[in-house]
Amino acid sequence: MLLRKPADILGSEITPESAYLDRRSFMAAAGGLLAAASLPLRARGGQGAGANLGPIQKSPLSTLEPANTFQQVTTYNNYYEFGTGKDDPAREAWRLRTRPWEVKVTGLCAKPRTFGIEDLLKLAPLEERIYRMRCVEGWSMVIPWVGFPLKAVLDKVEPLGSARFAAFFSAARPEQMPGLRTPVLEWPYLEGLRLDEANHPLAILAVGLYGQILPNQNGAPIRLVTPWKYGFKGAKAIVEIRLVKDQPWTSWAKANPDEYGFYANVNPTHDHPRWSQKTERRIGELLRRPTQMFNGYGDQVAGLYRGLDLDTYF
Amino acid sequence: MKSPWIAGKAALWIICLAPAARLAWGALHPESNLLGVNPVQYLLWALGWWALLWLTATLALTPLKRLTGWAWLQRFQRPLGLFAFAYAALHLLTYALLDQAGAWGQIPGDLVKRPFIFVGMLALLILLALAITSTKGWQRRLKRHWKRLHRLIYLAALLAVLHFAWKEKVGWKEPRVLAFAAAVVLLLLARLPVIQKGGHLGQERG
Repeated sequence: MLLRKPADILGSEITPESAYLDRRSFMAAAGGLLAAASLPLRARGGQGAGANLGPIQKSPLSTLEPANTFQQVTTYNNYYEFGTGKDDPAREAWRLRTRPWEVKVTGLCAKPRTFGIEDLLKLAPLEERIYRMRCVEGWSMVIPWVGFPLKAVLDKVEPLGSARFAAFFSAARPEQMPGLRTPVLEWPYLEGLRLDEANHPLAILAVGLYGQILPNQNGAPIRLVTPWKYGFKGAKAIVEIRLVKDQPWTSWAKANPDEYGFYANVNPTHDHPRWSQKTERRIGELLRRPTQMFNGYGDQVAGLYRGLDLDTYF
Repeated sequence: MKSPWIAGKAALWIICLAPAARLAWGALHPESNLLGVNPVQYLLWALGWWALLWLTATLALTPLKRLTGWAWLQRFQRPLGLFAFAYAALHLLTYALLDQAGAWGQIPGDLVKRPFIFVGMLALLILLALAITSTKGWQRRLKRHWKRLHRLIYLAALLAVLHFAWKEKVGWKEPRVLAFAAAVVLLLLARLPVIQKGGHLGQERG
């Protein structure tokens, strides 16, 4: 029974080709469908988590490195709105109600708009983007996100010439996010990108993981992913994107401006004042590996920073 | 008096060995996922956390003895302190052998460049000195200096808390750091002669 049920579903065309071809994705998707059918919200990672996302295209921007397992990606998270422990999000994030959900796109643009999450899911073709993710703490993963270019949303609202940065505001709901009780950071969580960074093809808004709807602990229903930057750049549970003229004073930079910069580009030559950034541990491996400049995405993104002193603008 | 002490000592050993046994079992059974998906980091964190807990518990014994009048609490000081040292030593070994695996070359530089590693090492060196001189023989040899030396445990605890805070991304705002910092400072204040009623620091053994 346990084996038959997902196999029946796989045969129909609701399973995306990418998941169908990839054994790992298949296993996770099968597990997810089973989970969705039998487990309560608490164990599933939130509303809709585990449900299939429909057709997903592969992307040439994906890495060929083996992805971390679904379990690794969904049980080891930094998401301080649910607590500062790595296992807190997996335990607590189910409390967040992700439907209905709206994302306001405002500020310096010709056509400010509020998108429902359903509109966003249909805004652009969904793509699987298998990206490296390097945490500022010195560990890394390879994660098969599902999402679409951030640019697709920005184009819809037509940014004005005066817009130079995009600010991302995460949800801050004390009744659903127990971590908000502790003032470890300033809430709501705020992140930002220069507009040219935001329009870069590598920058995506992720709505899924392993072919399924994003689990809450990974930032459901919609989060930012910028693989050449440290993981904390990826604002989760986004409720507003604001186009602005001045560089946003982001949460981590505000908490400790000497340690966390606005750019937060992965850079092995610029150490965190308290620890080295030269190496990282890939989750699932024992030996540390050298950290690559721009997390290995230098060919694509180095041009964004030509002439910029990366030691000053870290 | 003899047999309750033996029972108490046995209980202490069981309590203090249990976390290490759990960690060891988890490390030997990766399929159980007991240590999570980043076992090295968890091992490092947990050993440090327990070392700090045993250290804080050691500091709590004297004030607790004063409060309750239970003189026998004093006898737990040495084994608890030694467990704190043992966990801290395992914490260091985990750092040096596992956490830095593949990047061993960067350890010497980090020792001097990273204040949080430096103060952690300093705390461990103090604990090492106290562990070595914790025997009756050393107590006799050092006479009145012994007690003065062993008051360094407060410095070790403060350095350990500093080490913990500097290692956390949010530093002192991390709730677990704050809890330990508050406990250690409180226990230190409880020992200050001014605060003590009667101020009889001299009544302990040694």
